[in-house]
Amino acid sequence: MRSLTRYIIKQHIVKYFESTVESNIQITDDIYVMTVLRHEAKASAGQFFMLKCWDKELTLMRPISVYQASEEHLLFMYRLVGEGTRKLAALKNGDSISLLGALGNGYPLDQIHGRIAVVGGGVGIPPLSLTTKMLQAQGETVDAYLGYRDEIFAVEAFEPYCRDIFISSEKGPEGYRGFITDLLKAEQYDAVLTCGPEVMMRKVAQICSEKNVTCWCSMEHRMACGIGACLGCSIPTTEGMRRVCKDGPVFLASHLFQK
Amino acid sequence: MTNLHTTIHDIDFKNPIIAASGTFGFGEEYNELFDVSCLGGISSKGLTLRPKDGNMGIRVYETPSGMMNSVGLQNPGVDAFIEHYIPVMRQWDTVLIANMGGHSMDDYLEGASKLSAADIDILELNISCPNVKSGGMAFGIKAEVAAEVVKAVRKVCTKPLMVKLSPNAENIVEMAQACEAAGADSLSLVNTFQAMAIDVHRRKAIFENVYAGLSGAAIRPIALRMVHSVAKKVHIPVIGLGGITTAEDVLAFMMAGATAVQIGTVNFTTPDAGRQIVNDLARVCEQEHIDNIQDIVGIL
Ligand SMILES: Cc1cc2nc3c(=O)[nH]c(=O)nc-3n(C[C@H](O)[C@H](O)[C@H](O)COP(=O)(O)OP(=O)(O)OC[C@H]3O[C@@H](n4cnc5c(N)ncnc54)[C@H](O)[C@@H]3O)c2cc1C
Ligand SMILES: Cc1cc2nc3c(=O)[nH]c(=O)nc-3n(C[C@H](O)[C@H](O)[C@H](O)COP(=O)(O)O)c2cc1C
Ligand code: FES
Repeated sequence: MRSLTRYIIKQHIVKYFESTVESNIQITDDIYVMTVLRHEAKASAGQFFMLKCWDKELTLMRPISVYQASEEHLLFMYRLVGEGTRKLAALKNGDSISLLGALGNGYPLDQIHGRIAVVGGGVGIPPLSLTTKMLQAQGETVDAYLGYRDEIFAVEAFEPYCRDIFISSEKGPEGYRGFITDLLKAEQYDAVLTCGPEVMMRKVAQICSEKNVTCWCSMEHRMACGIGACLGCSIPTTEGMRRVCKDGPVFLASHLFQK
Repeated sequence: MTNLHTTIHDIDFKNPIIAASGTFGFGEEYNELFDVSCLGGISSKGLTLRPKDGNMGIRVYETPSGMMNSVGLQNPGVDAFIEHYIPVMRQWDTVLIANMGGHSMDDYLEGASKLSAADIDILELNISCPNVKSGGMAFGIKAEVAAEVVKAVRKVCTKPLMVKLSPNAENIVEMAQACEAAGADSLSLVNTFQAMAIDVHRRKAIFENVYAGLSGAAIRPIALRMVHSVAKKVHIPVIGLGGITTAEDVLAFMMAGATAVQIGTVNFTTPDAGRQIVNDLARVCEQEHIDNIQDIVGIL
């Protein structure tokens, strides 16, 4: 595995490289945050990487969004789901990990201005953290709507960059008890950015469409190549079939869900 | 230095490694990661006469040591391929193989005539597609049905014709012999194995089409056996594939009788697998004292 980095001759925008785990911390029952060395990989709001820490045991790399990025580090926040994320969660400081990225078209920051709401559900919340930070840095005002099933996480990653934070939990003790979409007043915003379960994003899209507010959704789909070659992640849109990994994952809601 | 050059239909491949259809697009995306000109050849995404949207729902699904896919031949169609993607693929210094499927004899014939007149090196005929006329049974199951398609395409095709066999054929050796007799210049095998996966919690098949194609390391030993038994019985070059992940696997397929190989699923496991396998192959051949890679073809 050590030899991967040696092959990087040209500095491509997408690169496949080996990195080192700096920390890998369990923050809730089933959620982890992993910090890896960035090796000058590009990363913008809503983009993701394909990750693997195995050679032959598993066939496909796993898509995980960028949670936070600093000059030296990339952070990923991920939920334990199956075999792949279990292997990721077992990584220790100093272990090596292979990354492919940054991938996809994230939130188009140059088109998003004014008062912005980010609406996240579950592990759709982490990618909105980097997004919020970048929006605040370019002078926009951001409110965060964070929906949880039970335990709450990552709120502190929004606090420095938001005007208001709304929290809901279906079962947990904190915040509004119910769905986060119940709290969203779309008419107060110039644009709404959402990431999370598809049912939640559909609801957000519907609320926005009723109030004529632009809504951007980050889609999830099973992936094989992650770079746009296999068409394993194509979804129907009003513009024809589009690859979630390459044309997305962020799409205009009006291109995804018909009224 | 081992001579890795391979000749098929008088076309020179700088090495016997070809990217398999459907796993490599038209080469553009992978070329962002490494120079795809290092490959012997690239087989294009499976084309059909008219553009296709492909299947809905889940299209790729990991399985033990492999994966299943049900992409459903999403592709821009033969005309768009000729206009937009041949020029793209011609940027690389590698053999250009156009992979084409169809759902009726007319589709195959019109598609093959158009591609044959275009700037491609080889036409790879995918006969694993369902035949609309016979209730969706693939052309590549019964030897007489496949032979009919190959014979007809042969008449309109002026380019070397590589026929890609399905491992789901009733009898793979008879299938291979029938395609050879019908005019195939070479054979590539195998395509994916028909397989199934069920989500027991939802009590539903994972794929909307219920069945999907299995590929990757899991199929390698069966693919190897098929390549071996076919190569013994035909007189045209055999291109082997199915779960190849290392340079040693390449040698195994060649020893079993393959003149060249294709690599598919491994491109997903290791995005620069093409380059790695080409580099490793040169090294392993040195270690094994192989002067000319063609010397080992069919030694078993
Ligand atoms: C663009 C994108 C960004 C993502 N970002 C995050 C993130 O930041 N944090 C996070 O916790 N999760 C994220 N996910 C979901 C994450 O990819 C899956 O939870 C993970 O792949 C599960 O792998 P596994 O082996 O543990 O599970 P298994 O169920 O054993 O995986 C089997 C196969 O299904 C795929 N798969 C399973 N669930 C999903 C899913 N929901 N989406 C896509 N593929 C899936 C796996 O990749 C693998 O190929 C993202 C998914 C996508 C498409
Ligand atoms: C996602 C995917 C898409 C594929 N699309 C095609 C195709 O369009 N035409 C074709 O002839 N074979 C197609 N195949 C089959 C491969 O070319 C190859 O025959 C098969 O996957 C076995 O090789 P492998 O185990 O190395 O992947 C596809 C395979 C996969 C995994
Ligand atoms: S995962 Fe291969 S095209 Fe998106």
